Amino acid sequence: MHPRWMLALRTVAAWFFTLLLFFPLGWLALTAFKTELQAIEVPPHWLFTPTLENFVEVQRRSDVLLFAQNSLITSVVSTVLGLMIAAPAAYSMAFFRTRHTRDLLMWMLSTKMMPAVGALVPVYVLAQTAGLLDSLTALIIVFTLSNLPIMVWMLYSSLRDIPGEILEAARMDGATLWTECRHVVMPLALGGLASTGLLCLVLSWNEAFWSLNLSSARSGTLATMIASYSSPEGLFWAKLSAASLVAIAPIVAFGWFSQKQLVQGLTFGAVK
Amino acid sequence: MAFFELQGVEKHFGPVRAITGIDLAVEKGEFVVFVGPSGCGKSTLLRMIAGLETIDVGRFQLDGRDITRMPSAKRDLAMVFQSYALYPHMSVFDNMSFALKLAGVGLDTIRQKVERAAQILNLGPYLQRTPRELSGGQRQRVAIGRAIVRAPKVFLFDEPLSNLDAALRGQTRVEIHNLHRQLGATTIYVTHDQVEAMTLADRVVVLRDGAVEQVGAPLALYDQPANQFVAQFIGQPSMNILPAGALPVLSALCGGRLPRDGALGVRPEGVRIVPAGLGQVQATVSLVEALGADTLIYVDAAGTSLVARQSERTTLRRGDAVGIELNPAVLHLFNHDGRVVTA
Amino acid sequence: MHKTLTPTPLPLMREKEQAADAGPRSVRLLPRILLAPAVLSLLVWMLVPLVMTIYFSLVRYNLMQPGEREFIGLDNIAYFVSDPDFGPAVAHTLQLLCAVIAITVVGGVALALLVNDPFPGRGIVRVLLISPFFVMPTANALLWKHMMMNPIYGVLAQVWQWFGATPVDWLTDHPLFSVIVMVSWQWLPFACLIFITSLQSLDREQLEAARMDGANALQRFRYLTLPHLGRSIAVVVMIEMIFLLSVFAEIFTTTGGGPGNESTNVAFLIFKQALMNFDVGVASAGALFAVVLANIAAAFLIRLIGKNLDK
Repeated sequence: MHPRWMLALRTVAAWFFTLLLFFPLGWLALTAFKTELQAIEVPPHWLFTPTLENFVEVQRRSDVLLFAQNSLITSVVSTVLGLMIAAPAAYSMAFFRTRHTRDLLMWMLSTKMMPAVGALVPVYVLAQTAGLLDSLTALIIVFTLSNLPIMVWMLYSSLRDIPGEILEAARMDGATLWTECRHVVMPLALGGLASTGLLCLVLSWNEAFWSLNLSSARSGTLATMIASYSSPEGLFWAKLSAASLVAIAPIVAFGWFSQKQLVQGLTFGAVK
Repeated sequence: MAFFELQGVEKHFGPVRAITGIDLAVEKGEFVVFVGPSGCGKSTLLRMIAGLETIDVGRFQLDGRDITRMPSAKRDLAMVFQSYALYPHMSVFDNMSFALKLAGVGLDTIRQKVERAAQILNLGPYLQRTPRELSGGQRQRVAIGRAIVRAPKVFLFDEPLSNLDAALRGQTRVEIHNLHRQLGATTIYVTHDQVEAMTLADRVVVLRDGAVEQVGAPLALYDQPANQFVAQFIGQPSMNILPAGALPVLSALCGGRLPRDGALGVRPEGVRIVPAGLGQVQATVSLVEALGADTLIYVDAAGTSLVARQSERTTLRRGDAVGIELNPAVLHLFNHDGRVVTA
Repeated sequence: MHKTLTPTPLPLMREKEQAADAGPRSVRLLPRILLAPAVLSLLVWMLVPLVMTIYFSLVRYNLMQPGEREFIGLDNIAYFVSDPDFGPAVAHTLQLLCAVIAITVVGGVALALLVNDPFPGRGIVRVLLISPFFVMPTANALLWKHMMMNPIYGVLAQVWQWFGATPVDWLTDHPLFSVIVMVSWQWLPFACLIFITSLQSLDREQLEAARMDGANALQRFRYLTLPHLGRSIAVVVMIEMIFLLSVFAEIFTTTGGGPGNESTNVAFLIFKQALMNFDVGVASAGALFAVVLANIAAAFLIRLIGKNLDK
């Protein structure tokens, strides 16, 4: 049995390191509501009256809404498209398994393991030739293909989690393949579908490599908008914080909900 | 032609013959139990009957039709799975009515049939619950109810009691027995527990390594096992098997019919413990198990062990010297290959 | 490779059933149709860039002069490798890789052990802990560049001043280290989450048995916990190896590879060649190099996953 002081020590240590790790984010959130002068104060003020002026200014200056819209569109469309392609494939591999299924799955996963930079040149050239530079279409296509292996893998895993005997029971009850799918598989796979979608939404939203290289003023996402704050003129910290907060808050929230799927998806199930 | 007939049925997994040449004829309304040790193929055979595994060789006829190649959905069989396999996202009512719904039966008829089955199985108050909210025993009854509602040609049970605790198992066994008497349905029941086999079956099929060892009524198997395997599988504690050379004086009891390389079999209740100095052989007590209604006495005699069963209590203890008396009327004689010696 | 592992028997034998069924060939066609879109897309996604990259690496192709495409064989590769920035880029890539992996694994294990057993507020702690991983790389980069590392107004500068020391100009004086800090901050939660998940499957009874056998905390950690974590540590290392090879956004947004080439890694070097020098040929040669590197890491990871798939 652990003595109480050990629990206290552990609690303090855990909270200390956690707050240390979380500090930059917390500081960012605070700064977003300060004025620019307050933001660069040395030493900083912990107590201040929050203001929304930064959010207004950011919208005015860099049209946050456009970038947010682009982020939303690319994330959502690529996720939906990906699910439409991945779901049938996962179903096929889970329920019509052959000798080659495992190899096929491994191959699909291996395409995700190649560095994005390896495809940068060809994709850029292709996009340029097709006139798709700085377009949402190019981003959507690239996002979909990038996340496809993860989607197939996660959907496959969740379908395999359905106990085989339940499907056999449905067959004994007289279900055809389609009825089995509609009445038994789909309701039970809905959870996996949702969490897969959520994870891919997060991954697409945060995607920075392709966004930075393929998009510009028209199709830029929030990721690229933030990058443009790299070295602007004048005081901008509070505005940067506000812009960043807008960009990251929804995803950090989503991420909290999709923790388990994250582990599954990004380790390709190698960790249980 | 019997109601249900398997002819030369076999199953191959690559080069391995998991099920070899099984012939079986079952009459309508019979309760047949497949029993055998793990890996004997009883579940595989059941799944072949259900259509969940293919029949590689042979034929399967049901009610006059050859259904060897028919898909499960069309065979008109209902199966109760070992894990119950209830649909987790549906209520008890939906679970039980699923098959009827797929068959296009009208809602009123469905409600009628489900409620009747629920009544038989005491599931009335649970119809709107989901499987998650039920206990193991209740889930099992839903699984049975799901089968009853369909009024299929044959009921298939795959080790339905193995996931229940001991008390519930005994109770449910009696319920299944009563259910069968009430409905009179043809049933194939798979179990590894020979007590279930003995108590539920009209006929028992003993399987080993994919082949049938013996088929017969429970007591027929008990009294006249066709070979040593069946003799030792049925009955608890197992029949005592004494190699011919171990206790020569006992072999003499058989009037010379026992082959020199054969074995002698006698059930524990056929072994009587008598005071030392009496009986056919002298022995030492190695263990006494007092079960209340029965007492089991384990003895060692000239290097062999025997179990004796008696209904009287005993004061014998480990190390006591006793005598053994075998009842010659209940001796079984086996050849060297395990088959019974035919007189 | 993984072909030597035998597949496990499956409860569903649909394909065998269909072979026996009177079912038409169309039933066997169905699985293939379902698979087709995914397989075809990924095939295209894998082959087209690869073929194009190989082609480009063998020609002289500059985006500013798109007409000229002269076959120059291995010259591009030679040029890429002899670039004075190449050696440092590779070195920096490896330094980044090793440093981040070391920090995240050690820190991740430590944190995971700390928060594994219940304590007040554990739920909130876990939520706060994983937050940095969901911050987009560009926001991460600028957060550190301006808020934390700015030598005058940054938080770190103020902490330094509070201790009476002169603040450090992180990005100018220690560019690679700054990038390492940013990337580690982002990936530490990931590693931590993986290890927490893995620890949860550690058999408690095993630890109790060890305690009764007289093992103290350090021994229990060394002989029971660490081996159990071994597998997830391997996974984390490999996943990070694969994704960290491509660290780009942080460098792009903060140091631009500099000063000079002090924080350039292989990925950034390729980018520089392609989209700053517009030399597609050389960039493609570099890309092939990066792909080969990644393949080695991926091969190990595939083997590990393959073993897990059989469970």
